[in-house]
Amino acid sequence: MAADSANCFHCGQPVPAGGHYRVEIDGQDRDMCCPGCQAVAQAIVDGGLTDYYRHRTASSITAQNLVPEELQNLTIYDQPEVQRSFVTNEPRDAAEVKQASLILEGIVCAACVWLNERHVNALPGVIEFRVNYATHRAHVKWDDTLIHLSEILRAIAAIGYIAHPFDPGRQEQLHKKEKSQALRRLAVAGLGAMQVMMLAVALYAGEYQGMESRMQTFFRWVSLLIASPVVFYSARPFFTSAWRDLKRMQLGMDVPVALAIGGAYLASVWATLTRSGEVYFDSVTMFTFFLLAGRFLEMGARHRAGQAAEELVKLLPAMATRLTETGEEVVAVAELAPGDRVRVKPGDSVPADGRVIEGSSSVDESLLTGESLPLSRSINDEVIGGTVNVESPLIIQIDRVGEDTVLAAIQRLLHRAQTEKPRLAGLADRIAGYFVGVILLLALGVGWWWWQHQPGEAFWIVLSMLVVTCPCALSLATPAALTAATGSLTRLGVLTTRGHALETLARASHIILDKTGTLTTGRLQLRDIRLRGSLDEGACLRIAAALEQASEHPVARALSHEVTDTPLAREVEAVPGQGLEGAVEGVRYRIGQAAYVAELVGQAAAHEGSEGSQTEVWLANEQEILATFSLSDSLRPDAADALEDLRRLGLTPLLFSGDSEAAVAAVARELGIEDFSARMRPEDKLAAMHALQAGGALVAMVGDGVNDAPVLAGAQVSLAMGGGTQLAQASADMVLLSEHLPHLPRAVEMARATLRIIRENLAWAVVYNLVALPLAAMGYVAPWMAAIGMSASSLIVVLNALRLNKKYTRPAVAPAHRASLDMA
Amino acid sequence: MSILFLLIPLGMIFLGVAIWAFLWAVRSGQFDDMEGPAHRILMDDDDPRIPGREPTGKNDESPGDA
Repeated sequence: MAADSANCFHCGQPVPAGGHYRVEIDGQDRDMCCPGCQAVAQAIVDGGLTDYYRHRTASSITAQNLVPEELQNLTIYDQPEVQRSFVTNEPRDAAEVKQASLILEGIVCAACVWLNERHVNALPGVIEFRVNYATHRAHVKWDDTLIHLSEILRAIAAIGYIAHPFDPGRQEQLHKKEKSQALRRLAVAGLGAMQVMMLAVALYAGEYQGMESRMQTFFRWVSLLIASPVVFYSARPFFTSAWRDLKRMQLGMDVPVALAIGGAYLASVWATLTRSGEVYFDSVTMFTFFLLAGRFLEMGARHRAGQAAEELVKLLPAMATRLTETGEEVVAVAELAPGDRVRVKPGDSVPADGRVIEGSSSVDESLLTGESLPLSRSINDEVIGGTVNVESPLIIQIDRVGEDTVLAAIQRLLHRAQTEKPRLAGLADRIAGYFVGVILLLALGVGWWWWQHQPGEAFWIVLSMLVVTCPCALSLATPAALTAATGSLTRLGVLTTRGHALETLARASHIILDKTGTLTTGRLQLRDIRLRGSLDEGACLRIAAALEQASEHPVARALSHEVTDTPLAREVEAVPGQGLEGAVEGVRYRIGQAAYVAELVGQAAAHEGSEGSQTEVWLANEQEILATFSLSDSLRPDAADALEDLRRLGLTPLLFSGDSEAAVAAVARELGIEDFSARMRPEDKLAAMHALQAGGALVAMVGDGVNDAPVLAGAQVSLAMGGGTQLAQASADMVLLSEHLPHLPRAVEMARATLRIIRENLAWAVVYNLVALPLAAMGYVAPWMAAIGMSASSLIVVLNALRLNKKYTRPAVAPAHRASLDMA
Repeated sequence: MSILFLLIPLGMIFLGVAIWAFLWAVRSGQFDDMEGPAHRILMDDDDPRIPGREPTGKNDESPGDA
């Protein structure tokens, strides 16, 4: 228990020294790390749900202390206009019964599901609340006369989870339909294959021991009966897509598949009807089943990736507070028109492009421009829609909405980049084209030769050739490897959202990195304190933290993060773009820009040259200047290692940023990136990348902001950071959910391993076919040999692909190797 | 061996039943969440044998509880 006492019982985070948050759970006092966790644990215990702590297998997430205002904001979800997008009412229910889908954040184990279901179902008015553990989605049905949606959301927040209503939309419906159809086809094929196999074993045995001919005919007819639904129902996707390929004059993977299934089935039917030749029903059904199973797994991985990507998006309906003659109203952003005046609170984003008409504040444009520090905006300054108001309330007159906004322009750029994206044909597709062509020509040639010599045998030999050179292994080679690799990458926190991403990443030669939010955390951190007065470092920090406590400014967050026992500041006043003034323990202080702070003392600040990438914040009381804090956007701790690994893998790193020259140069120097450009707008980045691509480079792009989205879309393969914007993630092929940069080289290694496995698989499939083909052409292959050969070759391909799951989950660089790099 | 003429059609009937049962399971959403139910069954909603625990909340009381 000693170890437990140092960590929060609820979330497992260390308990700060002198913490006094405790909750009695199961008769024992447990330490909590913060009031948030305490409140959540208390709510769980009070609700009689203590069993949660007994059953959970992972620590809960740290409870966020939702401020009352945020909880109040949830009532937006009760408004009918807002609910229109995500609330449904089933016709067979009463009018006041409503349904909605929720994304639940914070589900870490099955006990969380139990806790949520028990807690919410106990609320009066909730008719049904079901949580899907696999997708972290919940479905809620409630009686609107007894309870409102906002109350349900608040109840979920009380036990430490965050729920966002969302519109499951058509994508989700399509996925569900696709999945259930695939399952049905798979079931029919699987059960059919088993039955036909059973009969086939009897038929093979009959070949050796002799069998009554009426029994043989009977068995063949039964096989025909069972195989028919497998061919006509389960295998239909192969026929339709083969037909589509043929219409486009291409030889895709589905053409030989359809040819083999269709040919073998028709020949077997013919054999059954005429009581001659051989039947291949077992091969047909098993072949179909194997292929469908491979595709089903592939589809599952694709859906999961899509869902996780969707989950990143906080699907708050975009709302704005519009000012009218009578007061304020909350409206959807889409309803805004030029000329409207809106109020933007600190922490909210600006709904559309406009001008400030009242108030002054700092606006964070980092996601749009890559600028790492908020810029000050006052009356008559322009603000861009999508940027975040940081300091104090602003009233904005809207100038442009919808298609005319800067954001929309970037989106147009994004679409153009997407359509111009250079695409690489998959390895398997190219090989399949040749393979199919060669097989068909050979089959024709061999058929012609036998026709000349033994016309009666020609048809059966050509058929056995087509069946034995079954492209099963060939067509499973790529999907099996991709599915295995995608699975292990997802466990690592790297989502693959597009199929081609891994193959392309494996061949990338250049990697373009964004600075703010990608290589850096996007948050300021305290670098250095220079003391100039009589107080020591700790005291200065405590005062600074006290003054900045209520502020949303990145500087404030960095400073208040440094101190745990913050004293209370009174009479705090903010001067946007300048700083803050307030009293701590009876003494007046100012913190902020040098000139503003110096005013309080009445002496000019001795300004020293500072590095361009750093932000300086001064602190003074009425007597003297106390200290200067230097802050900078800090590099992610593992950026240097990640870059080192990427270079070792032979990739050339480049740094493209919208931030100032000095800030970009400092980061580039620290990471040893030789090629960097600063102050780049999205179109500059795109142009620079096109220039690279024109020079033959295969470019991978890593970014997070809206300004990166067009480049992400235009790069041959792209990765977005998990904490980045929705637009960036939507335009990227992969998403780095973990935000852990060393996963980049790991992803590259995994991609290369995947490509290697795909090559091995293809090589094996080709070798198998080279051996089997001459045997079949000479007429030595009986149907049972074809069946065994086919199964064995498919199995080998799948097992080989599964190696990706185990082998490549080791660290990217062995620790010993890293140590030697560090010393060098 | 003539019995096979009866047994195999019988087997096919079973095959039909198996396929129907599976399709029904797919349709009724039993394959939507493949992980949750395995955990859910382990969590007792109403276990009066755990010392110090009394049924709380409306979901604890199932009609047949003694």
